[in-house]
Amino acid sequence: MSHPLKRPDFGVIASWMKPGETVLDLGCGEGELLKLLAARGIRGWGVERDPGHVLAAIENGISVIQSDLDAGLAGFEDGAFDHVVLSLTLQTVRHTQQILAEMLRVGREVVVSFPNFAYWKNRMAVLNGHMPVSDDLPYQWYDTPNVRFFTMLDFESLCTDMDIVIRDRQVLDERGQLMLEEPNFLGSLAVYRLGRSNGGGATRLVAPAPFSDPAQVF
Amino acid sequence: MSRGGVGLVAAQRMAFDTPLELRSGGVLNHYDLVYETYGTLNADASNAILICHALSGHHHVAGHTDPDNIEKTLGWWDNIVGPGRPLDTDRFFIVGVNNIGGCHGSTGPKSLNPTNGKPWGADFPLVAVVDWVHAQARLADRLGIRQWAAVMGGSLGGMQALRWTITYPERIRHALVIAAAPNLTAENIAFNDVARQAIITDPDFHAGHYYEYDTHPWRGLRLARMLGHITYLAEDQMAEKFGRKRRAGAGSYGFDVEFEIESYLHYQGDKFAGWFDANTYLLMTRALDYFDPARVAGGDLAAALAVAQAKFLVVSFTTDWRFSPERSREIVNALMKYKHDVSYAEITSPHGHDAFLMDDAHYHAVVAAYLRNIEL
Repeated sequence: MSHPLKRPDFGVIASWMKPGETVLDLGCGEGELLKLLAARGIRGWGVERDPGHVLAAIENGISVIQSDLDAGLAGFEDGAFDHVVLSLTLQTVRHTQQILAEMLRVGREVVVSFPNFAYWKNRMAVLNGHMPVSDDLPYQWYDTPNVRFFTMLDFESLCTDMDIVIRDRQVLDERGQLMLEEPNFLGSLAVYRLGRSNGGGATRLVAPAPFSDPAQVF
Repeated sequence: MSRGGVGLVAAQRMAFDTPLELRSGGVLNHYDLVYETYGTLNADASNAILICHALSGHHHVAGHTDPDNIEKTLGWWDNIVGPGRPLDTDRFFIVGVNNIGGCHGSTGPKSLNPTNGKPWGADFPLVAVVDWVHAQARLADRLGIRQWAAVMGGSLGGMQALRWTITYPERIRHALVIAAAPNLTAENIAFNDVARQAIITDPDFHAGHYYEYDTHPWRGLRLARMLGHITYLAEDQMAEKFGRKRRAGAGSYGFDVEFEIESYLHYQGDKFAGWFDANTYLLMTRALDYFDPARVAGGDLAAALAVAQAKFLVVSFTTDWRFSPERSREIVNALMKYKHDVSYAEITSPHGHDAFLMDDAHYHAVVAAYLRNIEL
């Protein structure tokens, strides 16, 4: 089963932004998200390390800066953007805490999306003796660009440790449908809206309640 | 071959009688600009691109000037200009101009000083990048170009594109700043100083008035070019191309040309000293030294660029140590501070600073993609 949308998290991400706002998209690829956002009046810039993707983003009319995320965001000013986005890339970044801290320095608000390794089909795959392969984890263990393997529960623990406020959370299944119940079990793709604990200027949302995991018996 | 290029071209000359006040305090009451154009200016003059030249460049950017000698008379950036090339002459009207102080036809040290009827020589006033931009703007006026679709240049040419966005923000829609820097480092200035000293201390320099002695300081100019050439190449590239290779017949244990790299540098130096003017070399390197648009903003480049309305493409090359990628990133970061539209590509190339002139597929694809998105 493939996604009806090429990237189901884009709809969620776009819904959290308003016309006139600015966004920095880290690991922007060919600029698909920024193109979608531009059509909604949101000004964006991308950061991308792959020269072929940089070329494609320029072809797409996107403002893109060729740079390696592992080098950090040193060139960008504090609070320069309304939103900083890292979509389906966090699991490929080695310095997880550093990049999250840098994003929260540069943006008033941070959006991250990542594949949930605790999705029930992934758990089944491991139970059956294999690493999971799915639409949201479309790689074999030997060719995956992913270097960090974590679940929603793991991520939320890190947010607590780093004093990061979770402002909103949306979870999608493999078909791109919103999952409201048992997200860490039924959700294949997680999208988080994060802020600094000292405010950051955006409307403060009520953080989603911590959830229990029905499958913790495994 | 110029196959697919713009073909046979001829330079044009435009005379200006409105005094041009220069940054140095000097004034040029009359001056000529020599230029070439390729393609056709559209009805609303919205498709014009200005190409600014670097240290030793000129107005002859593309095409050839002698049908019997195509290869040797090709323009210095022919590989990027022409029908279907990144600067597509089927779509754009391209203008190349020789800057004031140059030695290829525009008013410069070789021109006659109207006050005494002799060549200006060392009396030619110092020119700054901003002076060139003002002169280029007047040429644009006369060509009926109110606003450039783009201004583009490499190295010192890229600095002119950057300056355009500050000095005439409403007259430039896109700036392509290639292999450039926001100013020179101490090391850059040091290289320029050695080059100038080589020229000035040549006995044939005659305090810059060598034309009157029917000679020119070719030895100094040759050394200046040899030094410059070393800084335009990358170490690995030099090692790969020349290494420690000896010339055929070498082995005399003397100071003649023994190594291939010496032969190459001597050839480049001799060739350059044969056609370039030493006073122009002094002026151009000085314009480089003084270029520092952030200075008026207390060193804050972002503040200096805040007035810019153009969109930017900044390009650097990995092995360019004369104007390194880090220097281009300074420009990008300064532009980002006030949310300008800017794209930045760092091209992997073995060719050092010279890479901006090379026919590199990825580099040209980036420039072509950026220009295709310019609305006319």
